[in-house]
Amino acid sequence: MLDSLYSILPDLNKAFFETIYMVAISLGVSLIVGLPLGVALFVTDKGLLFENVWIKQIAGILVNLIRSVPFIILLVALLPLTQLITGTTIGPTAASVSLSVAAIPFFARLVETSLREIDKGVIEAAVAVGATPWMIIREVLLPEAKPGIVQAITVTAISLLGYSAMAGIVGGGGIGDFAIRFGYYRYDNTIMFTTVVLLIVIVQLMQVIGDGVARAVNKR
Amino acid sequence: MIEVRDVTKIYASKGKDIIGVKNVSLTIEKGEIFGIVGYSGAGKSSLLRCLNLLEKPTTGEILIDGVSITKLSKKELRGERLKIGMIFQHFYLISAKTVYENIAFALKAAGKKKDEINHKTLELLQMVGLENQKDQYPSQLSGGQKQRVGIARALANDPKVLLCDEATSALDPNTTKAILSLLQSINKKLGITIVLITHEMEVVKEICHRMAVMQDGEIIETGDVYNLFAHPEKELTKTFISSVIQMNLPEPLLKGRKGVVIKIHFKGAIAEEAVVSELFQNFKVKGNILHGKIEYIQETPLGIFIMELIGDEAEVKRAIAYIKERIENLEVVKHVA
Repeated sequence: MLDSLYSILPDLNKAFFETIYMVAISLGVSLIVGLPLGVALFVTDKGLLFENVWIKQIAGILVNLIRSVPFIILLVALLPLTQLITGTTIGPTAASVSLSVAAIPFFARLVETSLREIDKGVIEAAVAVGATPWMIIREVLLPEAKPGIVQAITVTAISLLGYSAMAGIVGGGGIGDFAIRFGYYRYDNTIMFTTVVLLIVIVQLMQVIGDGVARAVNKR
Repeated sequence: MIEVRDVTKIYASKGKDIIGVKNVSLTIEKGEIFGIVGYSGAGKSSLLRCLNLLEKPTTGEILIDGVSITKLSKKELRGERLKIGMIFQHFYLISAKTVYENIAFALKAAGKKKDEINHKTLELLQMVGLENQKDQYPSQLSGGQKQRVGIARALANDPKVLLCDEATSALDPNTTKAILSLLQSINKKLGITIVLITHEMEVVKEICHRMAVMQDGEIIETGDVYNLFAHPEKELTKTFISSVIQMNLPEPLLKGRKGVVIKIHFKGAIAEEAVVSELFQNFKVKGNILHGKIEYIQETPLGIFIMELIGDEAEVKRAIAYIKERIENLEVVKHVA
């Protein structure tokens, strides 16, 4: 049993880094795009800094649209887009495209939710002080929501890890792909078991780090 | 000077209009402390929030030092808001920022330079007595300290006006006193006009020069605090005043009286004169003091005296006429049965 484990080690190692690679890229993209989108969803709401029914509605519908498509279908549906952006439809880079698209609205909604927890009075006090909306976003909204946003990053990263396993279906590589090919199709329980344990460890690690950071930035 | 001209604020809520402020006109002089009292829902908070346009009046105009703030563009309004400080019942500090950063935020909003911000922030911290707390977060402070940070933030850009939205309602009596005296000294030292709203008459009695009473969105009575305490006209004003100055006798005690019961308000200097003792020397009536008190509204005495006059009916009448001549406010609470 150990023999078979030993023989798969190089492959497992490769799969592990592919997963990290996919999650890192799509997490990065979802932060860069999802954070502003989440802020936009919040500040365009009624009675807030940039109240704007149209932007709010359109952004909201777009976000819900993507979120309601099952990831496995999104994965296939986005193949042309993937081809366009990365020039290929297989491999971890290609898989990162659909992972990013799925993660952006997910993360944006979480950001919006954590912004909503800020006491409206704090925003109002900043308005009364004469601060510009941009300054309020940077110096009030984001710092106040920081613990929530850190939690949102944790949740998004863990979800991406799960999604990345599905990316194996379109030849995305990574631990999930590895588990399916070696563990499931070849009925190798050792490999199956090892990969699952590995995933559990990664998830635990992400959660512990995320919780720690969230606690450290929480001044409430 | 703040001028409120016929301001009405209507909130549209699910097909039903709710009137917050109704045709209010008001002039608040430069350098005075003006109190607006009323029960919750009376519209005092809405009115206050109209003064810096946190709420936009539905109709009417608001002028601050001659500038009609209701007609300003968004950018101009931000500039004007720098000159109007505001503090809140629940402080509303940025919890992720230290005391220092909370105050510096207001200066940053005014586009001040870094060393100017530093200098001014330290000065403000000293003024509110929080030099030692400058690196603490709001969650580490007591309520009174939080309000001091709020005050420092509100005063950061040397405003002409300070709006106080129930600023002491969440504080205990001792802290309330300390915050009120801080506000009073700010008013005296810096000449800032203070407009405060409260449901606590004690606050008004303690520091306000003039006051207005609000009910159902309207101002029903307004005037000098001392005069209103001495001669309240409206029922609601009387109710508010009686919350800090007990002026009425308990009903059973009043019922048992055989003579004429009168209530006298002594105002200012006359409170120190010997009117009552002269009364007993000049007329053949017996007096029975039921209640007596001298309240100080800030520094001016206000005496309240309830007594029973017993004697010949004609003599009592003449005695009452004599007091009426000397004191303008005499009320006959109960005639002879």
